[in-house]
Amino acid sequence: MGRRRITGRRVAADGGETVIEVRELVTHYGNREILHGVNFDVRQGEIKVIMGGSGSGKTTLLRHMLGLHRPTSGSIKVLGKDIAAISKKELYSLRRQIGVAFQGGALFGSMTVAENVQLPLREHTRLDEKTIQIMTRMKLEVVNLSGFEDLMPSELSGGMTKRVALARAVIMDPKLLFFDEPSAGLDPVVSAELDELILKLRDALNITIVVVTHELESALKIADRITVLDHGRVLITGTVEEVRNSGNEVVQDMLNRKPRDEVIDADEYLRMLTGS
Amino acid sequence: MYPVRKEGRFTILELNGEVDLYYSPKAREQILECLNDRLNLLVDLSRVEYIDSSGVASLVEGYQLAKDASLEFGLVGVSPAAMQVLQLAKLDQVFPIYDSVADALAGRKHGPQENNGAQGGG
Repeated sequence: MGRRRITGRRVAADGGETVIEVRELVTHYGNREILHGVNFDVRQGEIKVIMGGSGSGKTTLLRHMLGLHRPTSGSIKVLGKDIAAISKKELYSLRRQIGVAFQGGALFGSMTVAENVQLPLREHTRLDEKTIQIMTRMKLEVVNLSGFEDLMPSELSGGMTKRVALARAVIMDPKLLFFDEPSAGLDPVVSAELDELILKLRDALNITIVVVTHELESALKIADRITVLDHGRVLITGTVEEVRNSGNEVVQDMLNRKPRDEVIDADEYLRMLTGS
Repeated sequence: MYPVRKEGRFTILELNGEVDLYYSPKAREQILECLNDRLNLLVDLSRVEYIDSSGVASLVEGYQLAKDASLEFGLVGVSPAAMQVLQLAKLDQVFPIYDSVADALAGRKHGPQENNGAQGGG
């Protein structure tokens, strides 16, 4: 069982222990290099946002930090463990300290809301049934879904699905929470409510949160620090102000929502079209 | 085993260290034992470094049992950190919380809570 101390305070973005350390990460899908030497850190207690457009490599980076992909080269340390070097048993143990809310919710359609939320407790603990039920209701209250325990996922709105996924992700009180595209598919009001919820969870549980998003407004609201990825490379890592003041043209285009002219590598494009 | 002592009409269960998924079943067992023995119970959290949802759930279960049995139940020495965990689940508005055992004996609740005693069932 991991050891930690709740401080309940907001940890300054420029301080705190490093809980994720990615160094010179290179990865391929087939022959195609997706990440080109990515360096990335997350400090204890912060909300770190990974931003970038489609195909920037942000979800690939997330999958590496979860140990779902092995890198071609480079290292990924999560909570002090080298993901690529540890055994399956150690990875399993590490994942007990990590919560993940996937983009689509990834709820089990044949289970009720409560059954989905309490699933990690049933899989990983031997807690008494009464304790599990109380914990489930507490977490559903935190995400403002009290009274929805018996609904099926098919009966939930998009925002409710995300909140159930979030409740399940934090049911074990993880040290580290990954949230993939919290705002995707939500209207602005629901999206803003989810942002507030993320901030509330971080402040009350002193949880470290990594959010992957392409939603600028959400990123600027919740982030302590932002890493901007573009075509598998880190453009900038910094506070919201540092990102806003960046002189990088691509970053400024992203901030101003300016469409970018795609620069095509003619040879690579031809090879892709012809499959050679 | 967590230390238990008696002060006035209360039995005081002193939790300590980290009350997490591993240790909370022990805390729960002792809370339920005290209540099954029909003791008015104060749970002292002043030496708790960390309490997770399973620990808080054990306190919730204990408080409900106390109310059902018309026993007194309260929390003392709740650190700001533990208080934030309670506040997240809005449980700061539910539990009788006291700054000290002396306050509990006198029925003086912590902060903005109403001073209506720790008696369960109300």
